Amino acid sequence: MAKIVAGVASSHVPLLGVAVDQGKTQDDYFKPIFDGYEWTREWEAREKPDVVILVYNDHASFFDMKIIPTFAIGCGERFNICDEGWGPRPVPVVEGHPDLAWHIAQSLILDEFDMTVVNEMDVDHGLTVPMSMMFGQPDKWPVKVVPLAVNVVTYPPPSGNRCWALGEAIKRAVESFPEDLNVQIWGTGGMSHQIQGPRAGLINQEWDNMFLDGLVGDSDALRHIPHIEYLRETGSEGIEMVMWLIMRGALGRQTKALRRFYHVPCSNTAIGHIVLEPA
Amino acid sequence: MSGTLGKQSIHEYLAQFDDIPGTRVYTAARARKGYHLNQFAMSLMKPENRTRFKAGERAYLDGWPLTEEQKQAVLARDYNRMLDLGGNVYFLSKLFSTDGLSFAEAVSSMTDMTFEQYKAMMNAGGRSPEGVRSIEQGN
Repeated sequence: MAKIVAGVASSHVPLLGVAVDQGKTQDDYFKPIFDGYEWTREWEAREKPDVVILVYNDHASFFDMKIIPTFAIGCGERFNICDEGWGPRPVPVVEGHPDLAWHIAQSLILDEFDMTVVNEMDVDHGLTVPMSMMFGQPDKWPVKVVPLAVNVVTYPPPSGNRCWALGEAIKRAVESFPEDLNVQIWGTGGMSHQIQGPRAGLINQEWDNMFLDGLVGDSDALRHIPHIEYLRETGSEGIEMVMWLIMRGALGRQTKALRRFYHVPCSNTAIGHIVLEPA
Repeated sequence: MSGTLGKQSIHEYLAQFDDIPGTRVYTAARARKGYHLNQFAMSLMKPENRTRFKAGERAYLDGWPLTEEQKQAVLARDYNRMLDLGGNVYFLSKLFSTDGLSFAEAVSSMTDMTFEQYKAMMNAGGRSPEGVRSIEQGN
């Protein structure tokens, strides 16, 4: 039987991908951030997950305004790397796990989550930056990935409550997959940031840390935070944090934290990272 | 399943967004107004389109069903104006990439700061939410 053994959350700032690709991770600006992920890189190397369900958002890279799926699950064999306007990142192609992905997609639909199934899809920094943060620069990624793209660009994105409930349904789906698989679920994006308008540059360390606190233990208070609170308190792009709630919802009633890291700034953004296990 | 399930009226939900200082939430109304502006920006992800755009910005823009106001905002690189006319920053980022600007530099142009001042603010912990949460509440 497959099992969700851990949850990981991480910001996915594109500049971190640039730092990796251009060999700048030890520069003064970036070193504290990459040091902050060192524990997790070693932990991932020991854990050797078979599959990561990677919750992320596309940033007008593969999806444009023609089609806006709220929840899209990648069921293909592999996912190429998007050219985001300056050439694709020099990272390995992302291998999918079509058997598990289709199983999850079918189970979710029966469970009343009407997913968009995507067979061909390129993935952008939202997915590849967390991969680089957790696995460095291998010739081939050490895991298969089920990409789960969430619309957090065009309003309304899904509610925090819906994201949490989707996570709960993903846990049920994974646990009914017959093959023995060690599965992780990652929530990416955030934390506080606003990259538009005169209020750009907003960072709210107190709120971000409240959110990190709320992911640990048996409280489900975070699922009830309304969109307007993310917008006011964490900037217009802080809404990406609803994706972390899919990860949290998939870990069951209670969690414990194995690792937590927070750093300001990277470009316009507060970097947050947490590793959780079901408790 | 527990929790508050989508019981809010869409009218109340959308009305709240106008109360956030210095922020344009990308609502359906903005998305409809800016559809072609955003699709134009998206076209700049292809190198051949970037070359054509750089060779003649006005002519390239004339190939899209944009309003004159939208075209002027693009030519002036007035990002706040583009947001007002329905642009979304993830789409518009293809325009500032075409110009060779970093995200942070382009973003700083939407504030009342120079890029140097903006970088200094970010390195000092970013813009505080104090006083910029709500126009009505002034907090």
